[in-house]
Amino acid sequence: MLLNSFVLGSAFNSGDMIYQLIAFIILLLLLKKFAWGPLMGVMKQREDHIAGEIEAAEQSREEAKKVLEEQRSLLKEARTEAQGLIEGAKKQGDVQREEIIVAARAESERLKESAKLEIEQQKEKAVAAIREQVASLSVLIASKVIEKELSTEDQEKLINEYIQEAGEGR
Amino acid sequence: MHHGAPIKEFMGLTFNLGNIMMITIASAIVFIIAVLSTRRLAMKPTGMQNFFEWVMDFVKNIINSAMDWKDGGRFHILGITLIMYIFVSNMLGLPFSISYNGELWWKSPTADPAITLTLSVMVVALTHFYGIKAKGARAYGREFLKPFWIMSPIKIIEEFANALTLGLRLYGNIYAGEILLSLLVVDLAGSGWIGKISAILPTIAWQGFSIFIGSIQAFIFCMLSMVYMAHKVSRDH
Repeated sequence: MLLNSFVLGSAFNSGDMIYQLIAFIILLLLLKKFAWGPLMGVMKQREDHIAGEIEAAEQSREEAKKVLEEQRSLLKEARTEAQGLIEGAKKQGDVQREEIIVAARAESERLKESAKLEIEQQKEKAVAAIREQVASLSVLIASKVIEKELSTEDQEKLINEYIQEAGEGR
Repeated sequence: MHHGAPIKEFMGLTFNLGNIMMITIASAIVFIIAVLSTRRLAMKPTGMQNFFEWVMDFVKNIINSAMDWKDGGRFHILGITLIMYIFVSNMLGLPFSISYNGELWWKSPTADPAITLTLSVMVVALTHFYGIKAKGARAYGREFLKPFWIMSPIKIIEEFANALTLGLRLYGNIYAGEILLSLLVVDLAGSGWIGKISAILPTIAWQGFSIFIGSIQAFIFCMLSMVYMAHKVSRDH
């Protein structure tokens, strides 16, 4: 009995074969429609989703990198600009200082110059005044001499008198 | 296996009603499991969806190991259905078998050569179909004359041998497992209380081993189907 149906014995039933074939095909189609198809769809969807997410992450990383670079360059620019401003201010200060010093020096020179001039003028004036006085004195002396045409005796006496007078006047 | 089979004749065909019942049950179980576990599909998979995605990836790897995914992608669903159906069928006969009036009703459907050969012939027929579809009938026919025309009988025999070995390998493994189980449970355990006690340990061991064999055979059947398919479909050799 055991050996009878063992390999190719009475176990071959044509109906079973046809039934198995049809059942398998039906199972295949049903599973495709109700189970594997949707499942594959979800897996595909997830695959796409993950790919999209990775791409988005890549993109945002790229963007962040770009922004960072931009910020860095901006910062650098600002720094150099500040440096330039400080440098400029310093230079301007130097120039101004120099200018002020020069101006002050010129002013003092001018003041000194004008003072000197004034002194000179005053001196000249004084000299002129003295000269004038001397002249008038000599005229006075001359007139006095002319007024008195006297003897030599008298003349001598007169001169002495005047000299005396002059000495007293001083 | 001291059992007969519930055979009925209908429209000139002979039906083993036990097989019919088990084929239906196995198909139903596969379908119900698959549909229940893929009913609430989510982008973030949970529970059974994870398991089935693992199965899909598993079969995808099998196909990828045999051929290019561009050629093999269309066999994905066939592969998953094959491996699931054969695995469930192999498991069905393990926990118990039921016979009624001396006729065996509950067993693995894959413990019958007619059924395994049907599956294997179907697979081989599909390889021919897709081979012709991929290369055209002339180019496909010329494949049988390569590398020498003298080899063509061997090549033709190879096709039949493929179908035969693919089916009989599965049948032999599962049938042998069931025979040993029934010997242990019916004959050894039926021979008095000493036999009952001594049958417990080997039965447990053999059932565990049968689970292993059933899984391996489902995997091998699926893999060999894809290998045969790759031979016919791939363009490079």
